[in-house]
Formats: sequence, structure tokens, C-alpha cells
Amino acid sequence: MTNAQSDTQAPASFITVDGLTKRFGDTVALNDVDLRLDKGETLAIIGPSAAGKSVLMKCIVGIYGADSGSIILNGDDVSKPNAEARPEWASQIGMLFQQNALFDSLTVWENICFRQIEAGTMSRDDAKAHAIDLLGHVGLAEESAVLKPNDLSGGMQKRVGIARAISSDPALLLLDNPTAGLDPVLSNHIELMIAKIAKQRGTTVISITNDMQIARHRYQNLMMMHDGKVYWSGPTSAIDDAHNEHLTQMLNGSAQGPISMRAGKRNDGVYA
Amino acid sequence: MSENAKLPPLPTGTVTGRAVTWAKKNLFDGWFNTLLTIGSIAFLAWLIPPIIEWAIINATLEPSIEACSEVTGACWGFVNANLRLILFGTYPYDEQWRPLLAMIILIGIICASLGGVKYPSVRKWIIPMWVIGVPVIAFLMWGGFLGLTYVQNSYWGGLPLTLILSSIGIVFAFPFGLLLALGRQSNMPALKTLSVVYIEVIRGVPLITVLFMASVMFPLFLPDGVTIDKLLRAQIGIIMFTAAYLAEVFRGGLQAVPRGQFEAGESLALPYWKSMRLIILPQALRLVIPPTVNSFISMFKDTTLVVIIGLFDFLGTVKLALRSDPAWTKYYVEGYAFAAAIFFLICFSMAKYSAYLEKELRKGERR
Repeated sequence: MTNAQSDTQAPASFITVDGLTKRFGDTVALNDVDLRLDKGETLAIIGPSAAGKSVLMKCIVGIYGADSGSIILNGDDVSKPNAEARPEWASQIGMLFQQNALFDSLTVWENICFRQIEAGTMSRDDAKAHAIDLLGHVGLAEESAVLKPNDLSGGMQKRVGIARAISSDPALLLLDNPTAGLDPVLSNHIELMIAKIAKQRGTTVISITNDMQIARHRYQNLMMMHDGKVYWSGPTSAIDDAHNEHLTQMLNGSAQGPISMRAGKRNDGVYA
Repeated sequence: MSENAKLPPLPTGTVTGRAVTWAKKNLFDGWFNTLLTIGSIAFLAWLIPPIIEWAIINATLEPSIEACSEVTGACWGFVNANLRLILFGTYPYDEQWRPLLAMIILIGIICASLGGVKYPSVRKWIIPMWVIGVPVIAFLMWGGFLGLTYVQNSYWGGLPLTLILSSIGIVFAFPFGLLLALGRQSNMPALKTLSVVYIEVIRGVPLITVLFMASVMFPLFLPDGVTIDKLLRAQIGIIMFTAAYLAEVFRGGLQAVPRGQFEAGESLALPYWKSMRLIILPQALRLVIPPTVNSFISMFKDTTLVVIIGLFDFLGTVKLALRSDPAWTKYYVEGYAFAAAIFFLICFSMAKYSAYLEKELRKGERR
């Protein structure tokens, strides 16, 4: 999904997903998914619920092994279980989970620098200082470092989750619904913050969102998923009003249940 | 509505006045509560005075059968006269300071460990305390060198035996139960099946059966000349039994930890044991404190069943004392009341500690 100019010749993209398929029993969660991003590019994934967005993310981070296809991250195929190389791959990825998944028996700063403390790459004092620095980046006060996650509000927890995701300065940032459950003002603020962080650090960002406007205006690329397949993908600059209307309809189809989704024009090939 | 809308009356100045207000609000609030209050007072008035009369006013502490036959109340003289037999069983009379000291050390270590978990300065001493304390207790109980005569463990009995069986039982059943719970959740079919079969079989039979098997059947399978100590067999039986119950308690806790927590651990490529120790278990175990302590309390009381394989635990020694002299036999109510009081004291302490621990750990709880 590189920009049109470089599309013809893209020798070494940062992440390439090719023909990825993942089944859970009889359910096909991902069906022949392709994806291609260069370093520093941003991608928004949208789609109705149960489209396979989170599963794709969890395959990339290595929580699920792929049934077929490949995920090439920085030259390594990370789609197959590999206990030896996993820590090395995982260290390149920072992930924000939908429910934040903060570890509630640890303090905020221990959460943020969990990886560094566990790997022994930072002393506890350094880790705390680093965490406090990151708290500043995500707009939280230094005092919150010593609190437990459950002493914080939902929006603050989300910020701590983002701080944790970026704490090891990952090359790839995966965000599962970073603004879910937040009010529009706060959503906008968080999205701006993510864009700023990504730009500053040259991070490649893949983010799941349900907001077509945010996807269009804050991300360079967009991928629409439906029923485990890629329904549409391309640079957001290529989305005109007709595209927008169609994609928004697809997205909102989720509200009318699975039957209307299947009735949607998904195999017409117009935008594919 | 207009009645409710009024502000409550301010408490009147005098103590009596406030008591009347309180009683009206809490005891005589409506006909049903008034009826309950009067009923309860009548029941207590009927129950309490005779008990006090029997247990205190008309009772005697004098350790003689003559004194007991003269009073109409409780004969605490039975407990008084047989206290050392009840507390220490058949342990040699002149050496009974040893189990007493061992018991005091054991209780001391347990209290220090439970109370000190909160304080880092005490916490680092917990493991050394046990590492030194347990051999000291074993040396005191067995003896055999440094001038202490050897006492076979078939002579051990009473409260020290009950405390040893249950505390060692808890210390070993806890990790074993945890492994079983993790085994039952494992992706490895063999491990999973083994855990499920173990848990279901052990849960499916009464403790008496397990103890009886351990005591009578098990030695039959051992080659000639190999014997495993009876006390050890009972201890293993108790550990195996309790672990099966604890395993299910822990499994409940593991299931209550949100999926995202497991996934967050995996996304960091944490190895299984690390992710369990650092992320999952602290949450899972905190959630299951009440049922875990429930299992411990029930196990503590179940240690009394070792009497069927010929070990005299605390309840067993009370029975032993009742039989020691036919003249004492009729004072069984006093004997059992004494045993019940001690059991209640220990079980109630466990329950209170569990409540304290929950409160301490609630700070990090999910809202």
C-alpha cells in the first residue's frame, strides 16, 4: 500500500503481509489478507465488527500464528511461531490494546517500562525517569507515575497505554481502537498526539478505528476490512466523496446486523 | 412523601436521648423490625443466662473428680486435670516442653509471615525464617541428638500435630494446587488430561478414603522392607486432597483475569512462567482469596480425620483424655466445648486475616 508513485517498484517495504489466512475452528477470521507499508507510513484499518481487524493486529504482534501466508517485518517472517526470535521481533513492536490491558498490580511507571525492567536493559531508577518523561509526552502529570492503573480515569488509562506502547521506541506501533469509549474532544486530542509522536519518531503506525473522518484526515493510508477480507485499500488522498459515501455505508452496515452486511456490494469490484 | 421530605431530627443532647433515637431508627422501625427485635431479645434471654450459669457461675476449675461431682455446672476440672494430655497427646511427659516450644515457634513464624508481608523490611526475612524454623521444629519434635532423646513420631499428638499437619498441608497444597490449575488450562493434551483426571478422582472421594488408602492400601504396594512413615502418609494424603480443591479455586481465578492481560503479556513475548508470575497470578490469586481461605479452614478442620488411621490430633487427644479414666467420661461436653473453642479461635483468625488481606489488596482492584 505504498503511494502510487512508488507502487511499481517497492523493493523492501517495512512490513509486508501476503495472503494471510487465519481460522478459528470453522470460522475464517482472516481470508487472504495483503498489506504493505513503508517505514514511517501510517495506516488506518476500518470495518464493521467481526471483520478481522483485531485478529490481523494480533497476528502481526505474534499472539496468533498464521494458518497460511506470511508477515514479513523488517526482513523476517514473523507469522510462524519461533520462540527464539520472538523477543527480538516483539521488541520492534509497541501495541495498545482495546481495553488497554494495563497490569493492575503494578504502578503506572512500572507498566510503562515493564519491558525494559523485565529485560534488564534499564535500572529501576532509569526506568522510572524514562516513564515520567513519557508521561509528559502523553499529557499526564508526573504524580500519576506512582499510582495504580485503577486510580486513573478511562482517558488517562488510554494515555498510559499509549505511553507503554511507545516506551521502547518501537519501529511499528499497533493501536487497537485508541479512541474507543472516549468523547469526541478527547478522541481528537489522542489522535493528534499519536500523529505527532509518529512524525517525531518516524514510527510506522497501524491503527484500528471506527471513525471514517479520523481515518481520512489523520492517516496516510486506509484499509477497509469486511468478513476477514480486504474490501478496499489505498492512500486516503485517493478517497473522493463517492468513495467516502460508499465506505461509510459499509462501515455503518454493522449497525444493521450481519444480513445487511452480506447484502452490501462487496464483490462488485468497483473500488477494489 | 411529605414525611420523607422532612430533614431528619437533629440528635438530642443527652446520651440517653441519642440512644432512644438510635433504637427507634434501628430496632423499632416498623412492625416487622419491632417483632424481630423483641423476638431476638426473648431468645437471647432464654439462651444466655443458663449458659453463663453452667459455664461460669456453677462451674469448677478444680482438677478433681470429687470437686466436679459436687457442682451442678461445667467441670472445667476435666480440662485442667488433663490439659497436658489434651495438648500434647502421648508425647513423653517429661519432654513436653519440646512440642510446646515447637508450637510457639511455628505460631510465631506463621504470624510474622502473615503480618509481615506488607512490610519490605520484614518480607525479606520470611523465607529465611521458614528455612531455619522448620528444621528447629523438626529437631525439637524428633530430637535424637544434642542431648535430646529421640521421640518417634507415632507419639506425637494434640495441638502441635494438628498445627503441623495443617500448616505443612497448606504450604505444599498451595503450589501443588496451582500447578494442577495451570495444567488443567494447558494446551498440552497429556498434561491437561492428567490434571483433569487427578482433580476429578480426588474430588470424587471422601478424605477418609484418601487417608485410609494412604495408610492401609499404599504400604501393600511397596516392596518388602520399604516403609513410609504413617504420619508422612497422612500428611501426603491431606496435601493431595486439598490440592485438588484448591486447583479448582485457582482455575476460577485464572478464568476471571481478562483475556487482554494474557495477550498483553504475549505481545511483549514474555515467556509463559514470567507472564504467569508477573501478570496473571497476582490478579487471579487476589480474586480468589475468600474461597482459598475457605479451603484452608475446611482443611484445618479435616485434619481431625487422621484419628481413623491411629494418629491423635487435637480432637483425638480430647477423646483420649475422656477415656483415660472412666470417671471423667461423663464430662465429654466440657472436653468438646474446649476443643470447639480452640478450633473456633484458629478458624476465626484465618477468616479475619483473609478479610484483612482483601482490604490490603483492594487498592489495586479493578473498579
